[in-house]
Amino acid sequence: MKRAFPILGILTALLLSYALYMALIGAPTEQTMGNVQRIFYYHVPSAWTAFILFFVNFGASVFYLIKRQPAADIVALVSAEVGVVFCTVVLVTGPIWARPVWGIWWTWDMRLTSTLVLWLIYVSYLFLRRFSSGGQTPLLAAALAVLGALCVPFVYFSIWFFRTQHPQPVMGGGGSIDPRMLHVLLINWLAFSCFAFLVCWSRYRLERLQRDVDQAHALESLLDPRGRVR
Amino acid sequence: MRGNGYLFAAYAITWIIHIVYLGTIVSRYSRLKREIEELKKSGVRSQT
Repeated sequence: MKRAFPILGILTALLLSYALYMALIGAPTEQTMGNVQRIFYYHVPSAWTAFILFFVNFGASVFYLIKRQPAADIVALVSAEVGVVFCTVVLVTGPIWARPVWGIWWTWDMRLTSTLVLWLIYVSYLFLRRFSSGGQTPLLAAALAVLGALCVPFVYFSIWFFRTQHPQPVMGGGGSIDPRMLHVLLINWLAFSCFAFLVCWSRYRLERLQRDVDQAHALESLLDPRGRVR
Repeated sequence: MRGNGYLFAAYAITWIIHIVYLGTIVSRYSRLKREIEELKKSGVRSQT
């Protein structure tokens, strides 16, 4: 497993470089928006990756609520943290695209507002994990994660059910896309998914190590300098 | 070549966000390594 990580890291770096090349040069230029449309190759894959990570967080939280396994709790924490990073990318790149295309940075329409609410829910989840020290914290966090996950389909389908300024979904909705653009979009999604997986993996290892160290500190505080129980 | 500034800003900010996050992971890991070293030292001290 230790050898697999650097190999996967190199492969992911190559894939990300290829995806960047395709997004900037390989993909055809959109006629109406021009080059600014290429933001879409980072914005949409980041959103999909964030949604997947929030669903992983949901699955791990439900598993933790049923089985109370610490590993599930760690997976839930890690997926929420990395998911928030990707959701932050979505919330930042969206307005950068909107400014030249819509003429405004932000509008309080359903898709944008619900994405912001989703981000705030998972940020509060991370604050709960970080600043609450009680034994019930993983349980409370898992309950919050289940509520947060209910927001994910709402964000995705909000452009179907409400009149919004946001473009229609690329897949499964009323929108259509050039097959070459779809190809570049999927390459970028694959690259960002691999990157997210690797980040989650290293963060998982770090969290396990952190918990082992915390346990060792707790044990040490129970022992006197001669190694006997106080 | 319309909107190049916005395009590069979006791509740059994306990578800045990811790199800052990776930086926090690396710093947490190095802090943890120091803690492990201290724990090892204190373990050796208590045995002697």
